[in-house]
Amino acid sequence: MSQIILKNVTKEFVTRGGHRVVAVDNFNLTINEGECFSFLGPSGCGKTTTLRMIAGFEDLTEGEIWLGDKPVSVKSKNLYVPPENRGLGMVFQSFAVWPHLNVFENVAFPLRVMKKSKDEIREQVRMALTHTDLIRSEKVYPSDLSGGQQQRIALARAIVTNPRVMLLDEPLSNLDPKLRESMRFEIKELQKKFNFTIIFVTHDQSEAMALSDRMLVMDLGKIIQVGAPHELYQKPVNKFVYGFLGLSNFLEVVAEKGNVYPKGGAHVAIPFELPPGIEDGEGLLASRPNEIEISPVRGSGYPAKIEKRLYMTFCIEYHISIGRQTIRVHTSHSNVFSEGSDCFIRFKNPRWYATESERIEQERLERQVL
Amino acid sequence: MKYFFTHIFKRKSSMGDRRIGLDQGLFVLSLIILIITVLLPIIMIVLRTFFVGTKLDWRLFPQIVFAPDNLSAIINTIKIAFFVTVFGTLLGLFYAWLIGRSDIPLKGVMKALFTIPYMFPPFFGAMAWSLLLAPRSGYLNKLFMQITGGSSPLLNINTIGGIVFVEVCYYFPFVFLQVVSALERMDPTLEESARIAGAGQWYVIRKITLPLVLPAIAAGAMLILISSLSHFGVPAILGFSNNIFTLPTKIYQLINRSAGSFQGIREGASLSILLVVVVVAALYLQKLVLRTGHYDIIKGKSMRPMLIKLRGAKIPLLTISLISLFVIVVVPLFMIFIVGFLKAYGLPLKLQNLTLRNYKYILGQSKMVKDSIVNSLFLSITSGVITMFLGVMIAYVVIKVKPRGKGFLEILSLLPYSIPGIVLAIGVILVWSGAFGVNLYNTIWIILIAYIARYVSFAMKSASASLEQVHYSLEEAARSCGATHLESLRDITIPLIRPGMIAGFFLIFLPAMRELTTSILLYGPFTRTLGVAIYAINSEGNTVQASALATVAIAIIVAGNLALRFITKDRKGL
Repeated sequence: MSQIILKNVTKEFVTRGGHRVVAVDNFNLTINEGECFSFLGPSGCGKTTTLRMIAGFEDLTEGEIWLGDKPVSVKSKNLYVPPENRGLGMVFQSFAVWPHLNVFENVAFPLRVMKKSKDEIREQVRMALTHTDLIRSEKVYPSDLSGGQQQRIALARAIVTNPRVMLLDEPLSNLDPKLRESMRFEIKELQKKFNFTIIFVTHDQSEAMALSDRMLVMDLGKIIQVGAPHELYQKPVNKFVYGFLGLSNFLEVVAEKGNVYPKGGAHVAIPFELPPGIEDGEGLLASRPNEIEISPVRGSGYPAKIEKRLYMTFCIEYHISIGRQTIRVHTSHSNVFSEGSDCFIRFKNPRWYATESERIEQERLERQVL
Repeated sequence: MKYFFTHIFKRKSSMGDRRIGLDQGLFVLSLIILIITVLLPIIMIVLRTFFVGTKLDWRLFPQIVFAPDNLSAIINTIKIAFFVTVFGTLLGLFYAWLIGRSDIPLKGVMKALFTIPYMFPPFFGAMAWSLLLAPRSGYLNKLFMQITGGSSPLLNINTIGGIVFVEVCYYFPFVFLQVVSALERMDPTLEESARIAGAGQWYVIRKITLPLVLPAIAAGAMLILISSLSHFGVPAILGFSNNIFTLPTKIYQLINRSAGSFQGIREGASLSILLVVVVVAALYLQKLVLRTGHYDIIKGKSMRPMLIKLRGAKIPLLTISLISLFVIVVVPLFMIFIVGFLKAYGLPLKLQNLTLRNYKYILGQSKMVKDSIVNSLFLSITSGVITMFLGVMIAYVVIKVKPRGKGFLEILSLLPYSIPGIVLAIGVILVWSGAFGVNLYNTIWIILIAYIARYVSFAMKSASASLEQVHYSLEEAARSCGATHLESLRDITIPLIRPGMIAGFFLIFLPAMRELTTSILLYGPFTRTLGVAIYAINSEGNTVQASALATVAIAIIVAGNLALRFITKDRKGL
């Protein structure tokens, strides 16, 4: 069993000024065996703190954490298993490979702690190094290796004991973009081979979406939404999640009798079906730049104007004004409009977020930071 | 006329040439100054030891080294330095770990207290501990004998053990500060990843933390070793009365007794060479140790390291720490302070025995003391300013100009760091007492020259640190805006390193203010320094006046330190 269960986990810090800050607020979460689960959120949202509580580097203020059927932190019973006895693998953003030990010694460290025999150590280290493509650098010291290779040492060191749970704390953020992509793939491959559960902390949404089976978006110490990447991408519960998971436009709109009009624009209804039960009110219409159609044909959408055209590698970006508001639209290179020309836009898959509920949500979050 | 203009224009446009002119000048000037102040004294010592006139004479050196008196001084020096290094390192390491990695309370207070020994010369400590533990007259020993009714003292500070104790009190911060800063800069995930790998706290300390801070430990330990080897004050105050000599005190005794005779200076010079050899051997050892551990442990996002919970040991450890801090820092300062107000040394420490007479005497009546304060202020300020500028010039040449021969310049400027003050003093005497037609002996200028040579390493290091942070592009931007090389130096580089220069000045001013080792060989009838005056008054037996004067020195040093802290606090940018 390598399920991970968090029950009512709360972590409070006391700042130097004596203020109490809730870093993690009442987390309830079950991470399934063999799953790759990501914590996604902006820096300071509490994702690393949560991971460090699971690892045992931080004590809880309240709640309990279970690894499989074993409790490792239970505040009410004052139970706390130190990190070395939790049997986890972990990879850090800073690599944390020991500069005074060579590659072999780095990877052998966990086995030496376990007092394994020399032959066993040799065999297991060799295997871990083979899987991480480091077998030819055994005797090299980390400072003579590149960032990517150093992170592979950290990976090898984490898998060498064949742990059931692997904690990854932004392991790719210190690598250059190309390497990041190939390492993503390598981590996935290793997971397939060794079948461990992964908890992956990142602030990079595309990394989280590419790697995870399920993910969690959090902000200011609160869980905002949990689900599979495509669920979160297609049905974000609020503006924050929508904005965090990709490029986005938020058009301020007014709903009147079931019709939606942009604020400060022509009084023409935007073709959009409001969620059931909503007729009137103010809100935001969220859309992705690549999910908007532009057409020169009158009547084929909401009238707008091309303000600016930028050529990019994957697409053309248009800045299009709708009344006083501007949105970004990405189209293929075959779709060329000139700056200043009139056009008609249609949102393919927009989402409605009522202003009132957004405001309440924001207040709820901010109340936690006192 | 036309030719003149084009010439000017050409000169202005080909800035490369001008640059070489100015920079070359600075290089040559630095080299000349360093050769005269640093290299020449050393050469003179070697010449005096091995040559009689122009004839090579090898016999004297082994003769002197193997004279029984000198041999015992050598053994004492090494013995003391060894124990001071071992105990100082262990003490510094223990406190560094306690403050850097445990959850002991009052860290801020302890850290601030630990740097206090740094500020004061160790010979103040020797004086203070004499007041307490001199075999017959020390207050603690007297108390002990009263209680026991016997005549044997509790502890005798005038022993090798006493010397080691006092030096440890003053030198352990070297290791403490080095290791604490290494622990603070160390990426906590290096330790955390070992915990996750299954290692317990103590295993992590042994296999990860200790090896990673080893370079810092070695650097601190070597500082202790070198300082102790060349240290004069403590063994002079505690050892003379019991005939315990170290190399520096033996050299002093030889020169002092000979009253400037050729033979005495020659013997002193020979022992100096021996002392330098020992120190250089220690430095070489440091290089060997440090070479094995060259790596970067400062990385990653800054996160608070996981503190080790002391649990039950917290209160006992805190108590031990506070008591030892009290003994190391507070007790000596208090003793010097209170004894400065006593009517006579040996009187019980009671209110009716206190008086202001000592201060009235030293500050009002004694011309010698007044002279010494004026001399020390003059010497500290002058040598501070001159050496600071010299350091900036050398650092500029070494870091920005990088001429051929910069390595030699660097070595010359860092050489005084490894030359004991007493040795430097002998070299300066040999150079400036007529050998080259200039006789400055018994004047204040010979002390000034010695101070400059002694502190140029500090100035050079501090200036290098500031200059290295001024990127080339800043000066080049000024040049591209039309400024000449000189203008870009004056308007860009110098203002940028000004805070560093001011801090550098204080780094010279403060130790110069309390200097003893060099001045004790160089002072003349009217050129005593503050350190010499305190030492002299103390060895004449006027303990209360010496304590009062030491209190005055402490006040000056504290004021200087506060000024330094105030200035470095709002350093911006650099």
